[in-house]
This record gives sequence, structure tokens and C-alpha cells, in this order.
Amino acid sequence: MIELDDIDRALLRALSQDATQSAGALGREVGLSQPATWRRIKRLTDNGVIAGRRLDLDREALGFGVAVFLGVKLATKGRVSLEDFERAVSAIPEVQTVEHVLGMYDYRLRVVARDIADFERVLRRRIMTLPGVGDVEANVLLSEERRPGPI
Amino acid sequence: MLDDTDRRILRQMQADPSLALPDLADLTGISSARLSRRIERLRDQNILRGPRAVINWRALGYTVEVSLRITLDKTQPRAFDDFIAAAREIREVIEIQTFLGRVDLRLSVIARDMAHYQAIYRDQLLSLPHIADIEALMHVARIKSDEALPL
Repeated sequence: MIELDDIDRALLRALSQDATQSAGALGREVGLSQPATWRRIKRLTDNGVIAGRRLDLDREALGFGVAVFLGVKLATKGRVSLEDFERAVSAIPEVQTVEHVLGMYDYRLRVVARDIADFERVLRRRIMTLPGVGDVEANVLLSEERRPGPI
Repeated sequence: MLDDTDRRILRQMQADPSLALPDLADLTGISSARLSRRIERLRDQNILRGPRAVINWRALGYTVEVSLRITLDKTQPRAFDDFIAAAREIREVIEIQTFLGRVDLRLSVIARDMAHYQAIYRDQLLSLPHIADIEALMHVARIKSDEALPL
């Protein structure tokens, strides 16, 4: 685990908003030279704090009007291996995230679809046919907000 | 309106957000000049944003992640607004989502360890306004997390 100072935190906050900013531009904001800023970003990346870069696409403008979170409970634990379920569910293009959780459900999935009819197709043909799938609960996403977190 | 060329560009950018323009031109078979015009237009329309840096909280010592599913007391007319405004004040809340379904809201909460989580839960989360019911899913593993759209 690495220790961050205020400058590291400012850089992380800025990059998690927009990772296209150059080391020079970021350096001017935090009061560092371009090479010193670059070295700090490299350290954050090398230590795995910056895990990667992700595009932020307007889902609805691209025709995916519906996002649904599914809580999935496996019906036949022990008989179906978790790996088989995970491999099959991860291969579904409409499934954006798969999280293994403890609690009322075993897995939490984020699914996108063009509309509710399209979602029903994905649910019936792809999700309900997965190996070992039991109870499924669906909640349609209305709004979401990502927060900067404790930095 | 978006056409197949736009989708082809976004598909490649989504797969690797750090691709340089000439590589992207090779992969999509579109000339660099046309490509940069297209990208500029997608950015102007705000369909394409970022990339943003993805922070790995685990590398910063946050080993616990909990999904809190919350039902609100809807007899309170301002339940959603009050709750969301108060949840924004908690630094360890990294995501706030609202739903149509069995649960009204979900918070993603991170903590350094279980003791830290318990402190946040008791002192801050339970005192959020208008909670009718609260349910926790403890995060075990992230199986798929690219959040890619099936373009």
C-alpha cells in the first residue's frame, strides 16, 4: 500500500475526471514541473493505484436506453462450479459488470439493453439459461452518480 | 445521428482507450484526418467523454467494499433528495444509484477494514434520513468490470 500526499490526491482527483490532461497541464494546476508530475503519475500507475483508463460513453445516445442491475442466486451450489457460471455470464456482451457478493445474492450483474423488450430477450435467452441460475431480482437503474471517494 | 463508422471508432477506443490516433486509423481503416474529425464531433456532442483514470481502492488500502441496498420511507415527500444530499457528504460512498424495483437506492461504500466499515455504518450510514430498510451485500470479487457497451 502506498502513502499519498495532497499533491498525489489532487492528481488522482483530476485524472479520474479526465485522463487526457497532459503532465504539463496537470503540473501547472498543482504547482509542479512537467517531469515531476510525470514521475508522480508513473508512481501511481506502477503501484496499481491507477488501474487503467476507461471511456465514458453516453449510454443512452448510443441506443442503450435501459440499464438493469440483477441480483442472481445460484440454485445448485456445489453442483455447478462457480467458474462455469462466471465464464458463461462474462461472455454475454450485454452484461457490463459481474461481481461476486455475499448476502441475499451470490452475484450482482449490470446489464444494458436497448429497451425493456430487448432486456426481456436478454433475460430470458441469456441470463435464465445460465448454468445453475436460481432466483433473479431485477432493479431498473434510474440515475447514477459516481463520487470522488476518500481522496 | 451515429452511423456504423462512429460505432466502429467507439468500439476500438472502448477496447483500448490509450490507442494513438495512427493506430486507431489502422484498426478502423479510416484516414487519420477523417478520424480526428469524427472524434471531435463525438466529443462536441458529449457522446464521447474521457477517458477517465480508474482508481483501484484496494491499492490505497481500502480492502472492504459493501453494496448497501436501501428502501426509503416514501411517505416523506423529500425522501430521495434529503437522503442523496446527506449520502454525498460521506467520503467513503463512491457510488449513488437510484432504482425502479424492490430497492430504491444503492450506495457503494468502501472501508479500510471491517472495523472501519462498522464505524462508518454506525456513525454515518445509519443516520442518513428516511431509511425504511437497509440490506448489505459484501463484495467478494470483481469478475468482469470493463463496463463496455456492446456496440
